[in-house]
Amino acid sequence: MSFLDLKNVTKIYPNGTKAVHETSLSVDEGEFMVFVGPSGCGKSTLLRMVAGLEDITEGDINLDGKLINEVDPSERDVAMVFQNYALYPHMNVYNNLAYGLKNRGIDKETIEQKVNDAAKLLQISDYLQRKPSMLSGGQRQRVAMGRAIVRNPKIFLFDEPLSNLDAKLRIQMRLEIKKLQQKVGVTSIFVTHDQVEAMTLADRLAVINNGIIEQLGTPIEIYDNPKSLFVAGFIGSPQMNFLDGNIKNKTLSAEGFEIKDIDSDFEGEVKLGIRPEHLSQRENSLINLKVDLVEQLGSDNLVYGQLKDKKDFCYRCPGNLTIEKGADLSLNIENNKYYIFDKSTGKRVN
Amino acid sequence: MTRFITSSFSHLILLIGILIMVVPVWMIFASSTHTSSMINMNGLQMFLGDSFYENYLRVLLYQGGFFKEITALKMFFNSFIMATGVAILSVVTSLMAAYALVYYRIKYATLLFWIIFITILVPLELRIFPTYSVMAELNLVNSYFGLIVPISASAIATLFFRQFYKTVPDELLESAKLDGANTWRFFVDFLIPLSKTMIVAMLIFMFVFGYNQYLWPLLVTTSEQYWTVVMGLKMMSGSIVHRFAFVMMSMVPPILIIIVLQKYFIKGVFQDK
Repeated sequence: MSFLDLKNVTKIYPNGTKAVHETSLSVDEGEFMVFVGPSGCGKSTLLRMVAGLEDITEGDINLDGKLINEVDPSERDVAMVFQNYALYPHMNVYNNLAYGLKNRGIDKETIEQKVNDAAKLLQISDYLQRKPSMLSGGQRQRVAMGRAIVRNPKIFLFDEPLSNLDAKLRIQMRLEIKKLQQKVGVTSIFVTHDQVEAMTLADRLAVINNGIIEQLGTPIEIYDNPKSLFVAGFIGSPQMNFLDGNIKNKTLSAEGFEIKDIDSDFEGEVKLGIRPEHLSQRENSLINLKVDLVEQLGSDNLVYGQLKDKKDFCYRCPGNLTIEKGADLSLNIENNKYYIFDKSTGKRVN
Repeated sequence: MTRFITSSFSHLILLIGILIMVVPVWMIFASSTHTSSMINMNGLQMFLGDSFYENYLRVLLYQGGFFKEITALKMFFNSFIMATGVAILSVVTSLMAAYALVYYRIKYATLLFWIIFITILVPLELRIFPTYSVMAELNLVNSYFGLIVPISASAIATLFFRQFYKTVPDELLESAKLDGANTWRFFVDFLIPLSKTMIVAMLIFMFVFGYNQYLWPLLVTTSEQYWTVVMGLKMMSGSIVHRFAFVMMSMVPPILIIIVLQKYFIKGVFQDK
């Protein structure tokens, strides 16, 4: 049995909404697990069930070999960082950090020692006497993490902790969280809707949609080998291009071009997925793109345009290529990196 | 120029308003510093006389009532006990009632709250008979307890605390739970400190409410020992200057408490930050 085990966990709210469907998942000790998915997909609910803030309708949750379904959140020894930090507004930073320890009846000197160590680790030693209202967003974020670290819990839970920060600070804090987790080595679950955050932080990633884990794996596995239409569309930026197509006798015919000898026995209506970065310009290739707009990011250009039948399409090329608006490009799929999904079920078929 | 005229005009109105409120009080105060024969002959006075100490000391220590058992000083003491008791008891009960209504999973909590709230529409006078009979059954007539308890459940304070608790984010409770706080600790460590200014505001409010009670103390006390200041205003016999002096002194406690705590009062009533 692994460190944290979820077995057929289901959450149905009193009004009948099913937020999480029979989800099973194990997290190993010291692992950084990320739940990613669109808002309302059930990822926060799943996290809150681990924390004990939501009742479990069905299924079991085991933490460190102990069934915790009925254990009170205060007894679970988990720490959580909330989206809006939930710092205690009437206590200074020191007491914010010390509160959880005081409730556990730890003696004063040990508390002081632990708080000071945590403060040092997070570089907030100078603000210990300040109230949360006198801190900046990044500092509050650090205090919230300090409050989690100082208790040395079995598991860290992060509920979209970076979404209240501005873009630059978010990237910085993302790095710091990752470094800190590696340093402290505590098992962590991080919930986010931002796929870049998810990819960069995770040891393993669970892509959740409609209360179901669509795919579980390392970030690269999921990026390289998405198992469903949803995962393919959700992971990767800019989004994967999808084209309608049809397979007959191992030949896929899509809008204006055909791919022969595909590696699939599937027959019928499909969606063809091609990542913008898996394309290159080559004469007389399959895909003809009429350029509408070029976004220059410096290192890369994102080229947006339309195919023959007015279908929107995106192509990512190196930043040193100059592409004019209105140009006609002929694009080749690199190394046959394309994905085919059953149109009706969304399942991958190649 | 037109702005000057309109603003002077509105100031003039305010000034008149202030005068209407202040002049009678001043006249009573000025008159209370004269001898009673002076007032009887010349009517109310606008300027101070020289009998201030004499009149006020006499009023404070004069044995009043039918049985000459009570002094004004004792009345102030009684009023203070009653007002403080009402203030503390009603703040404590409404803090707890609001906590239960907001944080406990009570079925029909909203309905329950509105039932509490409509008691505002039922004044003490309306329930005075049953309340008196309950107090009589409990043998609480002629006691401080009897003075305080029946008016110590405040729907208004419950409303204020309830509305405030509703603005406290849920994450705070959840975070506290994960930090090992039980329901009692959350109440003591979080809600009470966070509603500090509102508590002070309610204490002032309920102190003045308790101090101003007239009908209830009149009914529930037959012994002069328990007379309060506001009752005394009616019962006080003596010459006119002494009554004036007593009226002036009766205004002091509520005014004093508001002046001392007004910072909290304004913060608490008009939402604090």
